[in-house]
Amino acid sequence: MTDSEIVELINRSLVNEFELDPGAMKPEAHLVEGLGFDSLDFVDIVVVLQQAFGVTLREEPRVREVRTLGDLHRLVIDKKRELEGSRGA
Amino acid sequence: MDFNRNEISVPLRRVVITGLGAVTPFGCGVPAMWQALVDGRSAVRHCPTLAGVKGLRTTVAAGVPEVDAQSIDRKKRRYMSKMSIYAMIAAQEAVQMAGLTPEQLQNDRTGVCVGSTTGSTVETESLFLQVLKERSIEGMKSTHFFKIMSSSCAANLAQALGIRGRLLAPSAACATGTIAVGLAAESIALGKQDVMICGGADELHVLTVGVFDTLEASSRAYNDRPEMTPRPFDRQRDGIVCGEGAGLVILESLEHARARKADILGEVCGFAVNSAPEDIANPGPDSMIRCMIQALAEAGVGKEQIGYLNAHATGTIQGDMTECQAIESVFGRDVPVSSLKGHMGHTMAACGALELIATLLMLHRGLLLPTRNLEEPDDICGRLNLLTELARRQVDTAMSNNFALGGVNSAIVISGRWIRD
Repeated sequence: MTDSEIVELINRSLVNEFELDPGAMKPEAHLVEGLGFDSLDFVDIVVVLQQAFGVTLREEPRVREVRTLGDLHRLVIDKKRELEGSRGA
Repeated sequence: MDFNRNEISVPLRRVVITGLGAVTPFGCGVPAMWQALVDGRSAVRHCPTLAGVKGLRTTVAAGVPEVDAQSIDRKKRRYMSKMSIYAMIAAQEAVQMAGLTPEQLQNDRTGVCVGSTTGSTVETESLFLQVLKERSIEGMKSTHFFKIMSSSCAANLAQALGIRGRLLAPSAACATGTIAVGLAAESIALGKQDVMICGGADELHVLTVGVFDTLEASSRAYNDRPEMTPRPFDRQRDGIVCGEGAGLVILESLEHARARKADILGEVCGFAVNSAPEDIANPGPDSMIRCMIQALAEAGVGKEQIGYLNAHATGTIQGDMTECQAIESVFGRDVPVSSLKGHMGHTMAACGALELIATLLMLHRGLLLPTRNLEEPDDICGRLNLLTELARRQVDTAMSNNFALGGVNSAIVISGRWIRD
């Protein structure tokens, strides 16, 4: 899975789950102020991305540092690569 | 201690009906339900999701056509399963009909009393599919519990409407809707609240259908002719057809309704609920009789003043017969009786409120609805004055019954006449 494919799947998953405007899914979009997520949504973002990518984000400290959609893209890409690396090893 | 009405020292206030809302197997809205009932249509259909379930012998149900829930804000809707969405759509209709302002809704004197048979079975299944398969809760969303909890409908309505008063969520199987309206009326009569949004809602799931199938109470002989079942009171009846929906009613004190110049649709005159300890699955006639007599006493009306009786009559062999025996014992054989289950199946927790709404409209229109699929009454049921066709008759006061699994009976007396001083 390429980075752009991961980004596309993240965006599609969030659009479907949270009824977002696909046009608003820009990397610089702020998750709270721009896309309107709240604390309960963050719980469900973790679940949705876990189901989409098989990555575990629940105990991931970097989740707390995520502010924008681009931050989320990077986190999932990194976790996905980690997962693939551990499987490869 | 006998809490007889006469021994209560608090003066009871009169409780009136000012708003109605419905989501039924006929679609959204009270007008859609009423027109279908007047037309004598059936909402019972073949249900493919039931057909593939091992051991389930019935394949018919009365599901609600797909609803548009977009009018409910996503952040409120995310906690709602289908039953809460139905309840919310019905509540919006009822609030609009009542003409309640946000200020009247969102204060300490307005409450909610809405129940369902269980929390969302659809959501429970989706959660436990994963929990049981993978022994994992990692797929549990933040919103799951708010859909599964027993008070889901009431809580969701309160959140979405900004309710600040009482939040009650009675659950009493098929009697839930009537009991919710009755308890809400008592909250107002006792002066605890001025306005209550009340009723019941449920969503169709194989669990509910399977329960009745297991108890040998589901209709099975008409799987190839869905519109011919259920058949309340009929000699060829063979059981219940499960449905879903929501019925919501706005109640308020007479003073409150008058002060805001609301259109008053009717009055809740009396209500009774009791336990049927003789059998948890089949309430006997004695407790039904006591329940109806208590509701009449509460209303302060004699049996001769009841001009129509809406029976629970789900189409089971035993239940219909027992109810008819009880009705005959209380009212004799003359009062016109019908059941609406033949049109829209058994909408579970919603049926009490939906039947109350339909009964109120019958009083308003001077039109008594017959029982659909009643062609040849059986010997015991046939002793009553069962309506088999639309009857034009002006009636002031009616009773609506619901008798439920769990051994619980309810009866409510309403009047459709304009309130007089």
